[in-house]
Amino acid sequence: MHVPLRRVTVLIALVLAFLTVGGTPAQASTPTTTDEAGAQCALPEPTDDDTISILGRICDRREQPQAPVEGVQVTVEDESGNPVGEATSAADGTFVVDLPGTAVENLGKTFVVTVDEESLPEDTKPEVLERKVPINLDSDTSVTFPIGDAGPGGTGTAAQALQLTVGGLVFSVLLAMAALGLSMIFGTTGLTNFAHGELVTFGALVAFAFDQLPGKISIGGLNVTVIVGVVVAFVVSAAFGWLNDAALWRPLRRRGTGVIAMMIVSIGLSIFLRNVYQYFGGAQSRNYSQYSAVQPWEIGPLLVTPKEVAVVIVGVIVLVATTSLLQYTRLGKATRAVADNPALSSATGINVERVISLVWIGGAALAGLAGALLGMTQGFDYQIGFKLLLLIFAAVVLGGLGTIWGAIVGAFIIGLFTELSTLLVPAEFKFVGALLVLIVVLLIRPQGLLGKAQRIG
Amino acid sequence: MDLGNIIELSLQQALGPTAVIYALAAIGLNVHFGYTGLLNFGQAGFMMVAGYSLASLATVWGQSLWLGAFIGIVLTIVLALLLGVPTLRLRADYLAIVTIAAAEVIRQSVSAAAFSDTFGGQDGLTDFIAPFRALNPFSEPINLGVVRWSAYDFWVMTVGWLLVAICCVVVWLLMRSPWGRVLKSIREDEDAVRSLGKNVYAYKMQSLVIGGLFGALAGFMTALRSASIGPSFFATDVTFFAYTVLLIGGAARVLGPVVGSIIFWFLITALGIFFSQATRGADPLIPAWIMTSQQASLMRFIFLGLGLMLLMIYRPQGIFGDRRELAIDAR
Repeated sequence: MHVPLRRVTVLIALVLAFLTVGGTPAQASTPTTTDEAGAQCALPEPTDDDTISILGRICDRREQPQAPVEGVQVTVEDESGNPVGEATSAADGTFVVDLPGTAVENLGKTFVVTVDEESLPEDTKPEVLERKVPINLDSDTSVTFPIGDAGPGGTGTAAQALQLTVGGLVFSVLLAMAALGLSMIFGTTGLTNFAHGELVTFGALVAFAFDQLPGKISIGGLNVTVIVGVVVAFVVSAAFGWLNDAALWRPLRRRGTGVIAMMIVSIGLSIFLRNVYQYFGGAQSRNYSQYSAVQPWEIGPLLVTPKEVAVVIVGVIVLVATTSLLQYTRLGKATRAVADNPALSSATGINVERVISLVWIGGAALAGLAGALLGMTQGFDYQIGFKLLLLIFAAVVLGGLGTIWGAIVGAFIIGLFTELSTLLVPAEFKFVGALLVLIVVLLIRPQGLLGKAQRIG
Repeated sequence: MDLGNIIELSLQQALGPTAVIYALAAIGLNVHFGYTGLLNFGQAGFMMVAGYSLASLATVWGQSLWLGAFIGIVLTIVLALLLGVPTLRLRADYLAIVTIAAAEVIRQSVSAAAFSDTFGGQDGLTDFIAPFRALNPFSEPINLGVVRWSAYDFWVMTVGWLLVAICCVVVWLLMRSPWGRVLKSIREDEDAVRSLGKNVYAYKMQSLVIGGLFGALAGFMTALRSASIGPSFFATDVTFFAYTVLLIGGAARVLGPVVGSIIFWFLITALGIFFSQATRGADPLIPAWIMTSQQASLMRFIFLGLGLMLLMIYRPQGIFGDRRELAIDAR
């Protein structure tokens, strides 16, 4: 989501700073690339002293298992660019930089670890040259620098645009799933759910928790733990959606609580859930045990990872299935009737509450699946959904609040726009552009691209 | 467990500069939401525009704080107009989505590395309050028996509570005027007001601008209070906290935001210190397998979220509010 595709693959390849919670060795050894990182390229053990050290390793990702790279110079700078330490990687590829000062003084600061490109062996290219390392805990912090091929050139704008389009498509599919859920819930209940992002995070967290359970699930010798985890996330999210509706929103509808009051309740729910997630899951970003470092396929100038293809295929299947359900089944027809006019559909014998309950189940399941897949493609933290929420809103409003196809079309426009805009503006502005699009669309066409031109004010 | 300590620090927060800032922000939201029924979820954006104008004019261009404040107010009005034009004719949730998006656009833009010369990027700006500090008449820390403040904090508080008092008087005068009655009737029934020949759109716009200006004052105080300004001061949650403040005190009541802010910061600080003390030490009150000190710092926000939900469900009028006056409908 944050970075163009080539860098996305890199980010996945990285074992993202797995902080050692409380410095317990058991936690420290929860590996993220079990099948790839061999013993020769393991992280140094964190030490349990008063100072914070930045531990790291430099591994050649082209070898299986990964080979350590010796003699690479690494410098550590603080936020304002003052060097605070340097080190050279040892024979096992590891390096240790002790930060000056006590642990308490360094808490909350961010350090930049840079690899000296000159000191790398010939014909290799680091996938990242610098990593930012925030110090959030008073224990040692780990970073990894995978080294790989320079990769195919692809520096031309056309190739770059193509590459960004692929990244945008992956993101769009995930955004569309989340947006569809929000739009369906809005359509049937009128609630603009500010806690929808937390449903996305929920899916990512469930898949991660499942992944962390001891043991592996194999089918025919193939380790499918994460894939099963994503399916579990889909199912548990559906149950969570039902719970949301049954425990909170249905009683509120019974009380006759206004839509605006419910919107503020959803903000309270969002703050509550986000902090509960952080309470149990911690603040660090996480990766699943598999697929965090996969070799991309090279298709012409493009780099595409198999998992991105899988995400797009799964996403498209789910989207097509959902829209066909809504379009062709009796239940779908009932849903659209409720969205159109709850009172009238109730009078024709449709059980409105049951339809709304099913919409919540479906919407939350879609959001949870999007979260789990998002966690698979780029990792996640406790506020991934909250960060996504505004883009979901942008997609939904752009397409037309409450419309089914509008949410999907809007998501694809927003998803592609955010990625492709990085061709012209710095990457840090890509969300700004998407949100500005939202404001402009409201000026010109408030009902959204596919919304009916009815009175909405 | 040191109960005296908890009460002392909580009181210090409840009357201190932070409470002033949230009181001002909530007074703005009171005009928007409490009196007019507008859902502005981007109050942090108004605060940010004002605060950054003050800080960057002083640091980057060496201008006086007064000019910075003036520019801040002008830009706040411009922002309110920009947000109002596309959304005020639409349903309430459109304004909510656009304001929250705009606040985030502003926050990501000012924190961008591309503008770090003007806005200081992620680090923000510092060293601009010297003229304000020079006006400080207090030289010693202020000790009121139970609570203490540093001389500068007390100066900020004095100015801040004075501003709050003025704002409350302004809101009171505005809302008892015919103009204020139109706002309240827009909140109750927009169509009825329209049928009486009032230009609802114009009234809503005026309300958005005026409420935004109170937000601008909160932004100025944020910059002055911490002697620095940064994008992290204006996260989306700031607006949501201000809503909680407003709803505790009671929307559509002149003093609601003030009382709300004091209570909110007392409770939040007390909860924070309580859980931090309960998890600290060799033999903590709450064993570490239930809650570590890291997790303890989250408890107040968990309670805040729960509190906001329960408040809105069971007592939407807050402490002082009148339920009849707050028949927030689905518009």
